[in-house]
Amino acid sequence: MPDHQHNNLKLPEGSIEKQTQTLNLGPTHPATHGVFQNILEVDGERIISAEATVGYIHRAFEKIAERRNLYQITPLTDRLNYCSSPINNMGWHTTCEKLLGIETPKRVDYLRVIIMELARLADHIVCNSVIGVDTGALSVFLYVMQYRELIYEIYEEICGSRLTTNIGRIGGFERNFNATAWDKLERFLKEFPKALKEFENLLERNRIFMDRTVGAGSISAEKALNYGFTGPNLRAAGVDYDVRVHSPYCSYQDFDFNIPVGKTGDVYDRWLVRNQEMWESLRIVRQAYEKIQAFKGEAAEVFHAEVPEYYLPKKEDVYTKMEALIWHFKIIMGETAMPAGEVYHSVEGGNGELGFYLISDGGRTPFRLHFRRPCFIYYQAFPELVKNTMLSDAVIVMSSLNLIAGEMDA
Amino acid sequence: MELTNEYIKQRLEDKFGEQVTQFETPYGMFSFETTKENNLKVLQFLYDEPELGFQFLTDITAVHYPDQEGRELAVVYHLHNLAQNVRIRFKIFMPISQPDVFTATSLFACANWMERETYDFYGVNFVGHPNLKRILNVDEMDYFPMRKEFPLEDQTRADKDDDMFGRGGNIF
Repeated sequence: MPDHQHNNLKLPEGSIEKQTQTLNLGPTHPATHGVFQNILEVDGERIISAEATVGYIHRAFEKIAERRNLYQITPLTDRLNYCSSPINNMGWHTTCEKLLGIETPKRVDYLRVIIMELARLADHIVCNSVIGVDTGALSVFLYVMQYRELIYEIYEEICGSRLTTNIGRIGGFERNFNATAWDKLERFLKEFPKALKEFENLLERNRIFMDRTVGAGSISAEKALNYGFTGPNLRAAGVDYDVRVHSPYCSYQDFDFNIPVGKTGDVYDRWLVRNQEMWESLRIVRQAYEKIQAFKGEAAEVFHAEVPEYYLPKKEDVYTKMEALIWHFKIIMGETAMPAGEVYHSVEGGNGELGFYLISDGGRTPFRLHFRRPCFIYYQAFPELVKNTMLSDAVIVMSSLNLIAGEMDA
Repeated sequence: MELTNEYIKQRLEDKFGEQVTQFETPYGMFSFETTKENNLKVLQFLYDEPELGFQFLTDITAVHYPDQEGRELAVVYHLHNLAQNVRIRFKIFMPISQPDVFTATSLFACANWMERETYDFYGVNFVGHPNLKRILNVDEMDYFPMRKEFPLEDQTRADKDDDMFGRGGNIF
């Protein structure tokens, strides 16, 4: 007779030996939303303890950035939070502009606001509908996904790509928005509110959804701050901190919008906060659209600042004008040195404060570049959030945090 | 009371005297330097004092300056007073031969992974850290890849040499 069975016999009659087992949730599992591993110690379906492990797709972006010119770093930022890559792009460009002392025209700021808010909408659409999927409601995901598709089509019109957009340049955009992009934006503004309302109706007061999410993975405001939470996860815990309001960039101070906050910081509150943020984002896009319509004449064609040192000239100018050819050569060969200095700049990413800490020694590439990735910082709270919950709760807690493996592993 | 850079500087000088130096405000962010023995005391002071209230740790990272003898490694802290929306940065320097500093995990839960990442890339030894092991790189790695002695590209490539462009010198 094996030892453990023998031991069982010594227990009082009717009792069973308490046993826990180790369960690997991930690294590749549909419920982990990316490549990271959670080693769970479970007693039946109850989680006793958890350990989170990351680093499976680490690509050394910070090291690579030390050998690249500023504009060549844009594609690296795309691959951080790839659900809202335009925000990362704009965050990077505004950091460069801060270091270089470039002021962008108002129209450029408003165009950027439109792109960033569309990216936030796309990010929240994915995150919130996936919480639905993780609680067993696939239809809501399929229903709103067509609007993320429409957002991607708008990107496609502006920059030619959809997921990793490389949209924008230092000083503005590579090209102006075309007529099709504006048409699609109008269509989005017209159709999406109805779909969002229906999306809300499907889940907000849904008994099953509420039973699964209310009280799951809740965190207090104090603890959330201590864990470095930012973005919707922090706001769901009741702290109204938003980088767009507290440290405005790209003329966010010109817009009228609210910061939705929650109370308990549980999965349900995070879902609600993101949903309300989508309404606010729609408001901002509408305002930006109206502001842009007000530009007339030459001002209505401005889409970048006058910074020939950092902004590639038009191709026909390169062929016909000496100055343009020189600037083109200098930019491509990375001839333009940047001023020495240290700058920290952050933007409100889809899932929190995305910061860029850039140190320049006056060379052509950054001496040091560090990304403050929001989900890397708050994922360490995961073991505490799921302790003493059920295994199925771990899945929705993870999806409600909006974890993006690309950003975590950078 | 509005929290100004002058006030923060004054409070730090009153408390730490000559242990805090290099006060600057590059690109609008107040920054200073302190000794590596003082990092935790400074963090605690900034956290505890009600008028200062830097209770949000935005970021910890490190920088390698290979040319500064005895001060090769810098650990950089970014702190934020959310209520008054004031950000500050401070640095501590240490020799690469003995990169020991105190951990901030007792004060900030979020310092745990940030310090692990800093250790992973620069080899900074955070004394008292509950679980100081690599986080993004493989455990078997026996060097700290973000240090400047590990360049990214093949050193033998001549096509990127500055000599080719009339600048002289060598970019490596």
